[in-house]
Amino acid sequence: APRRVLDDAFVEELEDLLVQADLGVETALKVTANIAAGRFGRRVSTAEIKEALADEITRIMEPVARPMPLYPKRPQVVLVVGVNGAGKTTTIGKLASQFRAAGKSVIIAAGDTFRAAAVEQLQVWGDRAGVPVMTAPEGSDPASLAFDALTRAQAEGVDLLMIDTAGRLQNRADLMEELAKIVRVIRKKDPSAPHNTLLVLDATTGQNAVTQVEVFRQMANVTGLIMTKLDGTARGGVLVALADRFGLPIHAIGVGEQIDDLDAFDARDFAAALTGSPD
Amino acid sequence: MFENLSERLGGVFDRLTKAGALSADDVTAALREVRTALLEADVSLPVARDFIKRVQVKATGASVTKSVTPGQQVVKIVHDELIATLRGDEDPGKLKIDNPPAPVLMVGLQGSGKTTTTAKLARRLKEREGKRVLMASLDTNRPAAMEQLAILGTQIGVDTLPIVKGENAVQIAKRAKSQATMGGYDVYLLDTAGRLHIDEVLMDEVQAVRDAVNPRETLLVVDGLTGQDAVNVATEFEGKVGITGVVLTRMDGDGRGGAALSMRAVTGKPIRFVGMGEKTDALESFEAERVAGRILGM
Ligand SMILES: Nc1nc2c(ncn2[C@@H]2O[C@H](COP(=O)(O)OP(=O)(O)OP(=O)(O)O)[C@@H](O)[C@H]2O)c(=O)[nH]1
Ligand SMILES: Nc1nc2c(ncn2[C@@H]2O[C@H](COP(=O)(O)OP(=O)(O)OP(=O)(O)O)[C@@H](O)[C@H]2O)c(=O)[nH]1
Ligand SMILES: [K+]
Ligand SMILES: [Mg+2]
Ligand SMILES: [Mg+2]
Repeated sequence: APRRVLDDAFVEELEDLLVQADLGVETALKVTANIAAGRFGRRVSTAEIKEALADEITRIMEPVARPMPLYPKRPQVVLVVGVNGAGKTTTIGKLASQFRAAGKSVIIAAGDTFRAAAVEQLQVWGDRAGVPVMTAPEGSDPASLAFDALTRAQAEGVDLLMIDTAGRLQNRADLMEELAKIVRVIRKKDPSAPHNTLLVLDATTGQNAVTQVEVFRQMANVTGLIMTKLDGTARGGVLVALADRFGLPIHAIGVGEQIDDLDAFDARDFAAALTGSPD
Repeated sequence: MFENLSERLGGVFDRLTKAGALSADDVTAALREVRTALLEADVSLPVARDFIKRVQVKATGASVTKSVTPGQQVVKIVHDELIATLRGDEDPGKLKIDNPPAPVLMVGLQGSGKTTTTAKLARRLKEREGKRVLMASLDTNRPAAMEQLAILGTQIGVDTLPIVKGENAVQIAKRAKSQATMGGYDVYLLDTAGRLHIDEVLMDEVQAVRDAVNPRETLLVVDGLTGQDAVNVATEFEGKVGITGVVLTRMDGDGRGGAALSMRAVTGKPIRFVGMGEKTDALESFEAERVAGRILGM
């Protein structure tokens, strides 16, 4: 393979590669600087340098590549949050199906009482996954539905209660307060709940994902991330910035609209796709 | 977390002592900061590059008036160029919907806001322009997509095409066309399923819909929080479907909206509306000044 001296111009090309994968300028510079150190001025091949980039990204991402933890606690309450259209409802359907396949009993609460046909959408997913869906009338208080659902889940002794929520932008203080209220109300029944609060991020989102994590973490105590829509051309590089800054585990990735299109997050596969190097 | 452009450039120009005209070196140093600001605002890299080149030509040798600092002068040149790029030639809020019934096709990625925007647009056309509007969902894919549009139609008092299960998107589009013709509607809006720009089957489907109805307007609905992928989305939808305009949604968020510049630069088509919330009245005409200021963090 042709080799080139790793000079400023080459380093800038690598930075650009990462910027185009949505790492953000700051993180792209940092990652590139780490691999340039010790190689600067040497002759390297593009393949070799891409592999080094992939290695560096794998190193950053490996500690956060962790599946959603399952606890002996019954019911384990899983609250799913995120901005509008990120893929929360679809992801709940996929997760419910996986839990069912693993022999768990699951109830879903249709906590999006706002958006048109949000409930009907989730009911279809419940049917597909073979899981009952608890609903409340449009416009009713999602916190009281969550409370009722937890009461039922406790009474029936199910393994998991998954709660869907309406999409909300993190700069909407009123809607973020509504979310905080859902958490408070759940805790009246079970102070240790929710046991997982999953923030769903859309891979096409750029740097705003950083603020999303910041605010949702603060208001709803996010315990893990899921990134959807990685089946497109967006590479989700903002996850690198997020891993570096927040260290939250990444439980899974969405790779399509079908029920089985949810994969474990694999640090090396992600890094390879991101840098365009063969894995 | 993001410094605004003036602060960034302040840092660069504090080191410069003499004013007068902007030297090539001053401009180069300043444009590095501009580039970073654009990328942090999620402008796609190739679009940011082209933009910087154009500003470079305009800024080099530009005189700095006494009343402003060199930094302010660069900000002004960048700001003006950004507005000029974002702004189309025509009134963005005015759709080409003469010749009733005029078909309007809504397309875009999954979850971008097509269905909500369809209802917003229908409401706007009905309330502001007194149009008789019909909406139809061609989304045979997403669970309850058709019900979602039907509920929105009831909320805003706009008719929706009756749901017939088992029809494909082209069949529904044709039925919408004949119902719009027979029912004396001025406009019919076709909401489509979300699709990835690289999904050949679904991109073929939307082409077939287009060929069946010959839309007067084809609006690409794009999430205003989109990152670097904007350039791919814009290129593919423009290339494969051909669009007449863009709607940017979720501009009520705190994103910087760099996708606006990417969309405009890649497609050359006007950005017509911005979505400012979930409710059906939260649609505004696109204003280049506001979005330019936002991209620059000012
Ligand atoms: N291609 C692709 N599409 C996805 C994926 N996950 C979800 N979607 C699609 O994205 C769109 C939005 O998904 P939803 O599950 O409704 O998103 P949401 O976050 O619940 O949306 P709101 O409740 O309206 O805020 C739907 O068309 C889904 O089919 C994914 O991993 N890949
Ligand atoms: N905050 C905000 N939310 C919006 C805006 N436009 C749409 N939404 C929300 O975004 C989510 C997705 O909107 P939809 O209209 O269902 O998107 P879609 O493109 O039809 O989705 P698919 O049909 O699944 O591809 C919903 O929760 C909407 O309420 C907007 O301008 N601002
Ligand atoms: K998005
Ligand atoms: Mg939902
Ligand atoms: Mg839709």
